[in-house]
Amino acid sequence: MTEANSDIAEYSLRLGDDALILAQRLCEWCADAPLLEEDIAIANVGLDYIGRARMFLQYAGELTGSSEDELAYLRDSAEFRNLLMVELPRGDFAFSMVRQYLLDEYESLFFAGLKQSKDANLAGIAEKTLKEVHYHLRRSREWMRRLALGTEESHRRSQDAIDELWGYVAEFFESDEVEERLVGLGIAVERRDLEQAWRASVGELAAKTGLMVPDDDLRQTGGRSGVHTEHLGHLLAEMQFVQRSYPGLKW
Amino acid sequence: MSDAGEMSEATDLTDQERRFEEKIAAEERIEPKDWVPDAYRKNLVRQMSQHAHSEVIGMQPEGNWLTRAPTLERKQVLLAKIQDEAGHGLYLYSATETLGVTREELIEALHEGRAKYASIFNYPSLTWADIGAIGWLVDGAAIVNQISLQRTSYGPYARAMVRICKEESFHQRQGYQIMVTLAQGSDEQKQMAQDALNRWWWPSLMMFGPHDAESAHSAQSTLWKIKRMGNDEGRQKFVDQTVPQADIISLEIPDPDLRWNEERQHYDFGEIDWDEFMQVISGNGPCNRQRLGQHRKAHNDGVWVREAMAAYAARERDAEGEGES
Repeated sequence: MTEANSDIAEYSLRLGDDALILAQRLCEWCADAPLLEEDIAIANVGLDYIGRARMFLQYAGELTGSSEDELAYLRDSAEFRNLLMVELPRGDFAFSMVRQYLLDEYESLFFAGLKQSKDANLAGIAEKTLKEVHYHLRRSREWMRRLALGTEESHRRSQDAIDELWGYVAEFFESDEVEERLVGLGIAVERRDLEQAWRASVGELAAKTGLMVPDDDLRQTGGRSGVHTEHLGHLLAEMQFVQRSYPGLKW
Repeated sequence: MSDAGEMSEATDLTDQERRFEEKIAAEERIEPKDWVPDAYRKNLVRQMSQHAHSEVIGMQPEGNWLTRAPTLERKQVLLAKIQDEAGHGLYLYSATETLGVTREELIEALHEGRAKYASIFNYPSLTWADIGAIGWLVDGAAIVNQISLQRTSYGPYARAMVRICKEESFHQRQGYQIMVTLAQGSDEQKQMAQDALNRWWWPSLMMFGPHDAESAHSAQSTLWKIKRMGNDEGRQKFVDQTVPQADIISLEIPDPDLRWNEERQHYDFGEIDWDEFMQVISGNGPCNRQRLGQHRKAHNDGVWVREAMAAYAARERDAEGEGES
């Protein structure tokens, strides 16, 4: 495999892992949402993420000779490449919704960039994904307003969630050698360039809803190089249980 | 109001009753604006809300395997199925609300034990094969019942059933397909599939309810054409369609009395354990407390979210009002 192909496989794997791990967290809301309409909406978003995970993992698998299921079910924690934020436990409804919002703002910028990728497969997945992200962002912005402006309790829970999640934002905009090489080829998105626009959007919503943007002291990173939180191992233990207990079978 | 008015109202009442009975006899649909006897309304609210609650509680045993689904494709299909069920629940709650009750009241009745849901969901889903068995057997049994309800006399309920039946047949197929894959798999997988069939077979037969002669609501519901098929007739249909499907994949139905009856052109089958049936119905099944507890917890955990929604909606209305003035 050429260096470029190996980089593209790694890149696709990272984006697949982001989607897969968040999908798993969304699945945890099944039959547990605050109202039936949200059970349906969360499942909708979850289905988009599973679909996205499959496309990216299939592409990574094509380049490396693995199946999507081998990649999802037979790698251990250190081999996962997702952003740390998506693996955090789902928390209360405010935590899940604020996380979704922060990611939606990021993804709307990221996939608009990836749509321009010189790699036709990545550009194609990005184009499909971007349409979904726009719908996700409309929904999560609306929820942010409801929660931040609703009641004292919903405001407090939203602020707590932002405070808790903010330490994982730095990783959105952190690059490494693999991505730099792909940026040079016009294949990957230069994520550092997204930060200003992201901060402007989030800052504007925070200002309108009376939420305080936390300071940037805490910078938890490591997901892209396989150094994760303690939470990921538990998530994988659950997700991979059947494949690990009965290796090599068809399901 | 004048005396003459009151007189004509009294005459109208019998006219109303007559018109209602004529509509039922002529197989016309009763619609939300039509006058109906109070007992008809109550009977429908009971049956439709039970149906809605069943869709919603049914999400739990399947959701139990969502995070452990063995492939990404299975996870995707299972999530889509569970989402359909949430949609069916919502659709049925809305149809029930046309009878003058709110969803909040219906959920309260569920939590207080005044309303029921399908007893089958009080059994645990213990292995991945249970997801296959639930789709194949539980949805399979539900379809038999729901197809007949497409002709039920209340319009909104009948229309809900038409829509729901389309999706349910996809659910049944995905369940059977899981069983086919397992039955063609390793010895462990075959055993898993057989074990799931053993545990879900009899509860699936119980889904059709007691024998017609012993069914509390059957007679009146049948007269009003709310119910369009007998419990025993539905059960027989289900057995007849399911036994050949088990044969194809070499799984054994756990009933020593099961055999083809050439004369009747139907399968004969054994008697249900009605003691177990009564136990589960009256709240003493393996998961009754767990299922209701989970629903109650989600509902209670969501109070602050629903309060925030209401407060925000009121705030938006006020802002609009100010904008107009």
